[in-house]
Amino acid sequence: MNNKTIKNKTNIKALNGGYAMAEALRQIHPDVMAVYPITPQTTIIETYAKMKADGLVTTEIIQTESEHSAMSATIGACSAGARAVTASSSQGLLHMAETLPVVSGLGLPIVMCVSSRALSAPLNIHGEHGDVMAIRDFGWVQIFSEQAQDAYDNTIIALRLAEMAGVPVMPIMDGFHTSHTTERVEVLEDEIVASFVGERQAENALTDQENPVTIGTLALQNTYFDFKIDQEKNMQKTKTLYKKICAEYGKISGRKHGLFEAYKMKDAENVIVMMGATAGTVKDTVDALRAEGKKVGLLKINLFRPFPYREVGAELSHAKNIAVLDRAMAFGSFPPLFQDILTSMQSAGSKKHDIASYIYGIGGRDTMQAHIEKVFKDLEDGEISNKIKYLQ
Amino acid sequence: MNKELTKKLSAGHATCQGCGIPAIVRAVLGATDEPVIVANATGCLEVTTTIYPYTAWKVPYVHSVFGNAAATAAGIDAAQNALVRSGKIKKKAKVVVFGGDGGTYDIGLQALSGALERGHDFLYVCYDNEGYMNTGGQRSGATPYGANTETAPAGETSFGKAQQRKDLMEIVNAHGIKYLAQSNVAFIHDLKKKAKKALETEGPSFLLVLQPCTQLWKFPTSQYVAVGKLATETNFWPLYEIEDRKYTINNIVKTPKPIEEFLKTQGRFKHLFSDKNKEVISKIQSEVDKNWEKLQKKCI
Repeated sequence: MNNKTIKNKTNIKALNGGYAMAEALRQIHPDVMAVYPITPQTTIIETYAKMKADGLVTTEIIQTESEHSAMSATIGACSAGARAVTASSSQGLLHMAETLPVVSGLGLPIVMCVSSRALSAPLNIHGEHGDVMAIRDFGWVQIFSEQAQDAYDNTIIALRLAEMAGVPVMPIMDGFHTSHTTERVEVLEDEIVASFVGERQAENALTDQENPVTIGTLALQNTYFDFKIDQEKNMQKTKTLYKKICAEYGKISGRKHGLFEAYKMKDAENVIVMMGATAGTVKDTVDALRAEGKKVGLLKINLFRPFPYREVGAELSHAKNIAVLDRAMAFGSFPPLFQDILTSMQSAGSKKHDIASYIYGIGGRDTMQAHIEKVFKDLEDGEISNKIKYLQ
Repeated sequence: MNKELTKKLSAGHATCQGCGIPAIVRAVLGATDEPVIVANATGCLEVTTTIYPYTAWKVPYVHSVFGNAAATAAGIDAAQNALVRSGKIKKKAKVVVFGGDGGTYDIGLQALSGALERGHDFLYVCYDNEGYMNTGGQRSGATPYGANTETAPAGETSFGKAQQRKDLMEIVNAHGIKYLAQSNVAFIHDLKKKAKKALETEGPSFLLVLQPCTQLWKFPTSQYVAVGKLATETNFWPLYEIEDRKYTINNIVKTPKPIEEFLKTQGRFKHLFSDKNKEVISKIQSEVDKNWEKLQKKCI
């Protein structure tokens, strides 16, 4: 498909991240959406509720009495053969936590749009990745978004991936920075999205009365371990599928998605690795420093689970110094992305790199270009300590 | 085994000898020829019927966690609405939930309340064995006053559970649903009749069924019907139903037996028959009398 055709079929809208995800969901048109309000996710479900009220969708919306029930109803609906989605944030996500491994253990293709936010206590409603990090190893695919456009694109990619791979997928955007910031978003034609995601072909659905299935059995010492190993094998396969789906999505949208975005990485010596909304600030900083002749770059991770260790390790193998920026605390430990980057370097066979750990943006704290400049300066000066630094 | 009886739940389950849970499931599901989908809370029924790679279920069945059976049912109900509309299925099956008292009175109460309030089309059946029996007999919100349990044990300074059980029927009734009833596995015809009415109700309906637990109420495995009968004959567990807010008692016990007749059949109340605990028995009796009086007044 050439670019001209794509432009003709694209509507340009001013949307915030929440609306962009809701718009993608409208085009996906799930059978069931079970939801419970929580800031800063509510923009998604409010927008969707209005779409239903205006007759744009026929989705059965279940207004549950808690997030635990929202995910439970989504499990029921998906087990029954329906295309089922939900959305959450922060405390809500953790309120669901008990049910999340059930979804992945059963291989249910549920998409949950997440607007990530800080965890209590103290109470804070603003953006960071502490919530999604807390559940990162529960068997859900996690895809991070930088802008409202990514939030839109990733929701569509997530649905296709979930239903093709039989895994639950979480498209994630930073609360407020992405969810509540209005940006230019290119929206595809409804028919193009409908044909891209297709119809759900459910296997072993509860509604198949001719072939009654038992879902959610008890597996003991002789089988449980094997189930879990199979689950991990399937999770690994999703990485390849994700790349394939991103490539196909590129054909209909003209936009490039993938495991990560390598921004001015080609000859970069000092590199920042991070995820999510603040990538924009890092890109501006990279541009400014490049103008001064400094060889700096950004590696923005998109697919966080399953983590592409080998590919990331290879991409970073030419860098001199690396700073990993995490938007999550990890009490008594090093933060998650930092640890994954260490593992990536190890899997790429590289031991020579100095890698620094930084934590930024906790509880919605602003991260300014000056913070990022300081990180690059540290890398340039070789000031790489083995302690976590905070970009306060 | 009787083929008709095992049409939906086969004989190949692993409940304890003398357990009434399979009888409850069969009585309820046997009350309809329409398709059903079963959602189950974690508990005795679930762990004894779904041990991989086997299943005792011959109807579609789903279990996910302990406290979410009603919410799971809500999702299945909504899914069916959508799938009928899109022509992917021809008609809806009735969603039937089975949960124990732990999964209903306690950890699943919020999910149940939400599903009742939203008015999903489902029947919720609580088999009430008055405690967390699957985990070895801990007290629940359904455990009666004075019972000796693992987490409210009787001892030098304790007579067992020091609180009255929750009135779950009134809690459910407060949601204004069309049909709910209290039954008892020992009165299987009463249960079947009520199951039929509940299954024919459009929207949410609820059955609270007494399930005497041979293991943890501590009585011989041959006695669950006898023990269950005494629960009703002493007015400890009256059989009644509420249709469109109207109460009907289904078994008027003309001369109720003293509560001791029920208590003495079970090891969990054995300690109450010591001299120092006599008052506890009087208190149980007066509570039974009070509740019976209240129930009768509601029938007017």
